[in-house]
Amino acid sequence: MASMDKRRAYWRRNLTYLAILLTIWFVVSYGCGILFVEELNQIRMGGFKLGFWFAQQGSIYVFVILIFVYVRLMNRLDRELISSSKEPSGGTDSKTDDGAGD
Amino acid sequence: MDVQTWTFIMVGLSFSLYIGVAIWSRAASTGDFYVAAAQVHPVLNGMATAADWMSAASFISMAGIISFMGQDGSVYLMGWTGGYVLLALLLAPYLRKFGRFTVPDFIGDRYYSQIARVVAVFCAIFVSFTYVAGQMRGVGIVFSRFLSVDITEGVLIGMGIVFFYAVWGGMKGITYTQVAQYCVLIFAYLVPAIFISLLVTGNIIPQIGFGSTVQDGSGVYLLERLDGLSRELGFYEYTSGHKDTIDVFFIAAALMVGTAGLPHVIVRFYTVPKASAARISAGFALVFIALLYTTAPAVAAFARTNLLEEIPNKPYDEVPTWFKNWEETGLIKFDDKNSDGVIQYVGPDKKDLTNELTIDRDIMVLANPEIAKLPNWVVGLVAAGGLAAALSTAAGLLLVISASISHDLLKKWLVPDINERGELLAARFAAGVAVCIAGYFGINPPGFVAQVVAFAFGLAASSFFPAILMGIFSKRMNMAGAIAGMSVGIVFTAGYIIYFKFIRPELNTSENWLFGISPEGIGTLGMVLNFAVATVVARFTAPPPEHVQELVEDIRIPEAASS
Repeated sequence: MASMDKRRAYWRRNLTYLAILLTIWFVVSYGCGILFVEELNQIRMGGFKLGFWFAQQGSIYVFVILIFVYVRLMNRLDRELISSSKEPSGGTDSKTDDGAGD
Repeated sequence: MDVQTWTFIMVGLSFSLYIGVAIWSRAASTGDFYVAAAQVHPVLNGMATAADWMSAASFISMAGIISFMGQDGSVYLMGWTGGYVLLALLLAPYLRKFGRFTVPDFIGDRYYSQIARVVAVFCAIFVSFTYVAGQMRGVGIVFSRFLSVDITEGVLIGMGIVFFYAVWGGMKGITYTQVAQYCVLIFAYLVPAIFISLLVTGNIIPQIGFGSTVQDGSGVYLLERLDGLSRELGFYEYTSGHKDTIDVFFIAAALMVGTAGLPHVIVRFYTVPKASAARISAGFALVFIALLYTTAPAVAAFARTNLLEEIPNKPYDEVPTWFKNWEETGLIKFDDKNSDGVIQYVGPDKKDLTNELTIDRDIMVLANPEIAKLPNWVVGLVAAGGLAAALSTAAGLLLVISASISHDLLKKWLVPDINERGELLAARFAAGVAVCIAGYFGINPPGFVAQVVAFAFGLAASSFFPAILMGIFSKRMNMAGAIAGMSVGIVFTAGYIIYFKFIRPELNTSENWLFGISPEGIGTLGMVLNFAVATVVARFTAPPPEHVQELVEDIRIPEAASS
């Protein structure tokens, strides 16, 4: 079982990751796609105006990347602070007792 | 073979696939029925979530909306995908760790209140019925357009199929049929898109072709050509926005937050084995959704260019055959107002000329294969894809309705000593009744289906999302705060929408809106109010009991530490 300290550290790190990733999320969608779209449209990328590209393509790609970055960060954090303290052998994929059927 | 025969073959094949999958995955327990025993692989759950989420509107209407709105339509692309980031980062893993069956389960337990649970149940049922009526209608429309079956018969066939696998297989049956439906719908969407991209730009990938030059040797970029054509005919420039920034901002936020708060999407993450699987599963869901959502704007631009190049100023006698075919269905209407036999298609900037052509936006996807002169089997495939999109979403919604009634209302409130078999029977019965009600609304659509979609997102954004988020991220949030916040959020949002959509629709213009926010975007303000009221009320009332604070501690840390 993870100690109180580890739990607190885990949660604090998680909140830091969330703050950083959600800031990027906000800047890309609301910033590039909505608020500063006119300014970015002055820049061209191939046949796209950059603001238009962010609104119709780029933001979606960034969303996908953000989720996978978060998954990686959290899997690492899980290994560091949770699984290792319980099972030194470190099998994170082992089946757990937390199935939904009660 | 002709289009009709191909359509029958494609639709018949896909339907037998769904029935086969359903028979294989019968639900034996309530755990099976509500959450597929929480044994679904994250990638498969990602596909199922994508099919669950992408409705007839995403498949048939979205490219058309963008085609006619250009840059202003982007809000739907960002709004309906950005919500998955919120879902993956803020909700899904924690709700999975909590690990029950429904969204009202979480609200009821976290806020230790039967009232909160019942409010959540009614929101869930209302949101889901709003949505499902549109899906059934979509099924009927696809049948009638492609197979010349009466809309009523089309809806009945669709009901029969959904009834079969939802009632028989519950979440388990629905999950695996949704996986099959995702494959059908994405194939049906990509094939014509790739063909049309090759045809227009010579690039096989629509997402890139859309930013390439047109293939007539002129060296002009597709989007430049489209902007030019739009200007010439008096339409807004395709790649520039014309809506108020503040309204676009609020609509995008309402769609994103609403998406993350929709119960039929959230419950999909109860079906994976553990919290870390819920995170990655939301990632896969967005990948599968992005495949369609990044293709849609490309299709929109190709279709718009084709339309503006081929049709305006053309004598009516020389129009291509697809134009006449779709004219028969009433989706294209030409009214020769100046009787010169020439089609005059102009936008709002050409004030001296009258527009003579009305085009239903759905045509951009439905007629695409014909416009690009693709083989008949592709047309049949598009029909099967549209049906897959509508049926998969309908099934997911029906499950939410059924679980809300049998689990949240009966088991957790009215008849707490009901046994497993009784609850399963009740769940099946509720699903059956829900199919019939949905079918009724599909055949006799209330005139306000389109208007109430704003409702579904607005309510999800202003009620569920803040309540769940604060339930996870604030240990201090208590029953009084959550109930006050949800009530204020719902009453404000619903009141605003009802006022502008039903009571005084003639006032529904930007001058009369609060801060210039349209009813579609008001859910965002409702959400802010919910957060504010809940925080203030919670500060002046007693903190939640010890066991609830422990519950919050527990769901924050994934499985290995929970024992």
